[in-house]
Amino acid sequence: MQRILLAGFGGQGILFAGKFLAYMGLHDEKEVSWLPSYGPEMRGGTANCSVILAEENIGSPIVSTPDILICMNLPSMDKFEPAMEKGGLLLYDSSLITRQPEREDIKGFGIPATQMASDHEMPTLANVIMLGKTARETGLCDLSTAEGVMRKIVPEKKQKLLGANLKALALGYEYQ
Amino acid sequence: MAIVFEKPKALADVTMHYCPGCTHGIIHRLVAEAMDELDITGMAIGVAPVGCAVFAYNYFNCDMAQAAHGRAPAVATGIKRANPDNIVFTYQGDGDLAAIGTAETVHAATRGENITVIFVNNAIYGMTGGQMAPTTLLGQVTQTTPYGRTEAANGYPIRVAEMLATLEGAAYVERVTVDSVKNVRNAKKAILKGFQYQVEGRGFSLIEVVSTCPTNWGLDPVEALDWLREKMLPVYPLGVYKDKFAQEVGK
Amino acid sequence: MSEKVLMKGNEAIAEGALLAGCRHYFGYPITPQTEIAAYMAKRMPKVDGVFLQAESEVASINMVIGASAAGKRAMTSSSSPGVALKSEGLSYLAGCDLPAVVVNIQRGGPGLGGIQPSQADYFHATKGGAHGDFHMLVLAPNSVQEMLDYTYKAFDLADQYRITAMILGDGILGQMMEPIDISPKEPAKLPPKDWALTGTRGERKPNIVNSLYLNPEDLEALNFQRFERYRQIEEKETLHETYRTEDAEIVVVAYGAASRIAKNAIDLAREGGVKAGLLRPITLWPFPKKPLRELADKVKAFVVAELSMGQMVEDVRLSTESLRPVYLSAHTGGVVTTPEEILEHIKQAAAN
Repeated sequence: MQRILLAGFGGQGILFAGKFLAYMGLHDEKEVSWLPSYGPEMRGGTANCSVILAEENIGSPIVSTPDILICMNLPSMDKFEPAMEKGGLLLYDSSLITRQPEREDIKGFGIPATQMASDHEMPTLANVIMLGKTARETGLCDLSTAEGVMRKIVPEKKQKLLGANLKALALGYEYQ
Repeated sequence: MAIVFEKPKALADVTMHYCPGCTHGIIHRLVAEAMDELDITGMAIGVAPVGCAVFAYNYFNCDMAQAAHGRAPAVATGIKRANPDNIVFTYQGDGDLAAIGTAETVHAATRGENITVIFVNNAIYGMTGGQMAPTTLLGQVTQTTPYGRTEAANGYPIRVAEMLATLEGAAYVERVTVDSVKNVRNAKKAILKGFQYQVEGRGFSLIEVVSTCPTNWGLDPVEALDWLREKMLPVYPLGVYKDKFAQEVGK
Repeated sequence: MSEKVLMKGNEAIAEGALLAGCRHYFGYPITPQTEIAAYMAKRMPKVDGVFLQAESEVASINMVIGASAAGKRAMTSSSSPGVALKSEGLSYLAGCDLPAVVVNIQRGGPGLGGIQPSQADYFHATKGGAHGDFHMLVLAPNSVQEMLDYTYKAFDLADQYRITAMILGDGILGQMMEPIDISPKEPAKLPPKDWALTGTRGERKPNIVNSLYLNPEDLEALNFQRFERYRQIEEKETLHETYRTEDAEIVVVAYGAASRIAKNAIDLAREGGVKAGLLRPITLWPFPKKPLRELADKVKAFVVAELSMGQMVEDVRLSTESLRPVYLSAHTGGVVTTPEEILEHIKQAAAN
């Protein structure tokens, strides 16, 4: 069972990234749950989202001690890093979070996703770059599977964005 | 011997509970005559209010619902949206329609719901024993305005026909009364038109009928009609306030 | 088997209603259930159905009354403060013996409260919900699939017994996504709606949908009839499920989202050597009194885990005739219990 927590600012695409991971689980015929935080803010503020991928029925859909933590801003990392399970994986956007992970019993992977997104003229896709990196470091799936899932979940009226999404996935996946 | 006058078929053959001299009986009859003339009784569904007309569900020979206080236009909306082929009307008093049910009234009108609303305005709450209504006149003594309605304490009477006439959704709004033969005939024409508009799918219509309440006004029936003419009609002038299709259907 | 789709709990409710043939939805926006209205607004025009955003919660429930009186399957949905506003209509639905489906995706209260998940409307839902002697049939799903399945079932039950069936969810269940199966279901055999207002067409006596009876003997007789129907519902329609209760010493009682959290707590307790189990009421009214009473003979204690200040706990005490201690594990105001907290209560109950 993987208990994943994604967190960042509203508008960074945290919920979409969570949905992607949930669909990935569905693709692997796993039990899946996705639970967003919800608040009065539409944009800005903080957003987080719990995703669980499991072989067995899922009890609580709330992830309070994540195995995998994906952070896209500093307040999220400050808040959730201490709650992580031992041996967990922490993926963070190192262009927005300048500090290193503090815990020594977890594995941290920084990726300057926001900077990369802006360099490649895809400023709204830092979240997808994070997903590419996540797929690789967690071993949740290989790149072609991730691409297949992305093809499935980009909504029809946004098909023209598919190419950029696939590129962003690959950028994150291949980042060393 | 030829029958020259009989009960409309749309009116049930039961004794009504209304007080002597009350004009509800006349208005019920006019509604029933309109249903007869348009031959819509078999398709009609009425919605009774809370107030003196609550038992209207026993008085018409058509399917009837009884709504919570003020909610008749919402219930009628549900019925009409579910069965658009039925002819749906509400029959409501001033407390029901213009106080507790103001929102339902205004919004059914602004949506242009294809229903017919018969609004009986007698400037008082009748069933509960004569309290101030939203249409009670300034200075009028009621159980809850024992020293007369004042603008300072209670504000002003609401003119429903004028208010609804400002809404684009309302197709037809007319104020009538039933104090004389001539006015009864006019009222009949207005009610008929309200139903006719619904049959033709023209949208929301409301016929406000200025009425009497001899019992709670403390007058005899003849005095009550005088009071209606002298006091109420200046505040509630008769006439067509809105007719979206006047040109189309001709006057 | 059809492919599973990921759907939010709120959307699953809407889809369940559409599958059940509901073509009349009347609502008003309120967090955290607005997805139901949005989904209906999108789908209803495509199936020749009616979606109407009413001017108020009060109007929307009265529109449901109208559509239901006209013989059609109708529903409305809201969240706690909005459902309170619908209370008047809930009583009239009962008084008129009209079927309806009403959804409450609960949030914290009282007052405007908050928008985070809560179960604080248990009393409102199960103890009548408004003035007068009546009950609603209250279903408490605990997964997205069940949001669909029980909404579908709610329409059948409502028509079968001429009662309001309420789906009592919470912000977690409404907002979460899980994969679900949305394939069509076999329609149930139900009594004809010969009471409905459709126009006499000159072929029958007028039908009257009414809740006013000035003669107390008439009203009492009608209430007796209604309660006979409620008795049948208690007998035939009470639903619950159990998890690891066979040898349990401590039984946690929880419904909805809290039951999923409790399930984790039970697994943790078992890992730690405490024999814990779960009884999850699926219908909150009727309440699964019998299985609880039976467990009371076998177990050491009960722990009631709810997202409210101890509401369902009263029904557990009544059902078990207070034969065993009943402890409360509660959070309120939108704060959600953790499995660890429930585990603590299980351990305390086991140690006492």
